Amino acid sequence: MTDEETVLSVADLTVTIGTRRGAARAVAGVDWSVRAGETLALVGESGSGKSMSVLAATGLAPRAARVTGDVRLLGTDLATLSAARRRRMRGRHVGFVFQDPMTSLNPVLTVGRQIGEASEVHLGLTRRAARARAIEMLELVGIPSAAERVDAYPHQLSGGMRQRAVIAMALVCEPDLLIADEPTTALDVTTQAQIVELVADLQRRLGTAVVWISHDLGVVAGLADTVAVMYGGRIVEQGSVDAVFAEPAHPYTAALLAARPDPDANVTELVTIPGTPPSPLELPEGCAFWPRCSVRGDSRCERELPPLVPVAAGHQVRTFYPRQSTGEDR
Amino acid sequence: MTGESVAADAVAELTDLAVWFPTPAGVVHAVDGVSLTVRRGETLGLVGESGSGKSTTGLALLRLVEPTAGTVQVAGQDVTRWSRRRLRRLRRHVAMVFQDPQASLDPRHTVGASIAEPLAVHRLAASGAARRDRVAELLDLVGLRRDLAERHPHELSGGQRQRVGIARALAGEPDLIVLDEPIASLDLSVQAQIMNLLRGLQRELGLTYLFIAHDLAAVEHMSDQVAVMYLGRIVESGNPAQIWREPAHPYTAALLSAVPVADPPMQRSRQRIILAGDVPSPIDPPTGCRFRTRCPQARPDCAQTDPVLVEIGSGHQAACLFAGEAVRAMRAQPVNASSP
Repeated sequence: MTDEETVLSVADLTVTIGTRRGAARAVAGVDWSVRAGETLALVGESGSGKSMSVLAATGLAPRAARVTGDVRLLGTDLATLSAARRRRMRGRHVGFVFQDPMTSLNPVLTVGRQIGEASEVHLGLTRRAARARAIEMLELVGIPSAAERVDAYPHQLSGGMRQRAVIAMALVCEPDLLIADEPTTALDVTTQAQIVELVADLQRRLGTAVVWISHDLGVVAGLADTVAVMYGGRIVEQGSVDAVFAEPAHPYTAALLAARPDPDANVTELVTIPGTPPSPLELPEGCAFWPRCSVRGDSRCERELPPLVPVAAGHQVRTFYPRQSTGEDR
Repeated sequence: MTGESVAADAVAELTDLAVWFPTPAGVVHAVDGVSLTVRRGETLGLVGESGSGKSTTGLALLRLVEPTAGTVQVAGQDVTRWSRRRLRRLRRHVAMVFQDPQASLDPRHTVGASIAEPLAVHRLAASGAARRDRVAELLDLVGLRRDLAERHPHELSGGQRQRVGIARALAGEPDLIVLDEPIASLDLSVQAQIMNLLRGLQRELGLTYLFIAHDLAAVEHMSDQVAVMYLGRIVESGNPAQIWREPAHPYTAALLSAVPVADPPMQRSRQRIILAGDVPSPIDPPTGCRFRTRCPQARPDCAQTDPVLVEIGSGHQAACLFAGEAVRAMRAQPVNASSP
């Protein structure tokens, strides 16, 4: 499965978190991989395991989490490395952008120092060279008057500018992989459009692999090559973005796509999914979506976990009742 | 009372409302000359990005912020200078549903107690039994099981908590409900449930809403009239079809084109108008047109003249010196995306 172009791959990844109310199966056996220059989008609602699977794969899961599975970054099995080497490898090859830029920025350091620091540590630049590199990065991410802004503190920047600074920090070592966890969710829609364009443009120029975590199907439609839809800690559907959006085979994916109001269709009632996503503390035994599913096949769905099976080349779905593609759904 | 300026079917009307906040850095012009009318049985959608003043406008209708200038009229009465004592009566006429039901419900109270509180405050139930009956009825209305009255907010899901927030707002049978980002913190599958619930209740009970949101598709779906705000002003208003299909203000057009659509080939190929920079500070808004510093079609006149809302079609207004024309020019020549 791993070829030379694969930057990060995870196989049979599980994350179990001990809580006072029992063991939460946040991620329950997930496989995916992302290649250089490619964008994989992980889509799902809260508690689906989309963020946790990526944090666990990159060694950032909380201490209370038990992680199993095979994770390879640039072909290296991360489990065989010491904690220090793993950290070094992550710092050098993986950049992170999270939802709230202030969680990534230190409020008492200038943005220039923070962007430069990684290049001192991982690329061995001098303080002076790191500062020049920071200015170059700020220009790259479209921050005007970069030579002055390099000395600004995070609170002196707007929300959109801060997220650009975080992207500069994430990309300063030219990582092979960028992890973007809901990076535009806290931003206004016009700023979101700027950030999405920026990441896509930098990816084209630098050939970075991107794992983009989002609940926003519209954002994902514009930037992903492949999509994995997660529900209850598992991937329920994955494939090329075009195939999954045009011919969703899982009832959950289809319902999610239909639940958004479409201004071009004049409907009074929106399609809804009854109930709420399941808690990782009490996942159903069989198909996790069964209690909310409109298809609701039979008692088999309740008792037996459907396997992830192909419905077309490169398009897989985890349901006993895949929707037949009609080609005229959307 | 200045009764004559109130349209016959108006539940609430703001006239030239300004809300300024003094801060150490200067005066924030949060709302700066907003006039709007919410008609009985209708939904007015107020859409804008952070700092546009949309939430402050909603708070002004409940007099939860002090108007600096202008008037606030509710149910035919000018409430702009009502005393704190009289305001309690206003709060029966206008209820509010907040974005985060977790934060707006008292965690120590049961769901039943939270819903019953407005009944007690406004003396709407004669006895404890009458109150319990009314709470059960309100839970039915919002689609919650009656036994949830005994639960605490932390035992409920986000969607259930928002239903409790709606039940609480309905308790006083208000003339107007201000919905401030009521779906923004909910999961996608739950957002549709809440939007359907709100529309169903409106049909059933003849409710009037001010629906405040940053989500344009949701506003379009929910509203009879839409007002787009930018930096303390309404820049365009009209019915949803006019706003969605024939935006006349460059900001509306840019906002619409920034909303991603869940159709990969279309989303990849569509012409987008990407605005440069950020919203300017409301402490020192630009002279002339407030949008001109980010407008791809700004012309010298725009720095001189502060445009007012003018009628450009039936019930369709825009505050742009080059309304319509500017949008056509933008669409013919989209701005390069990645050069801010």
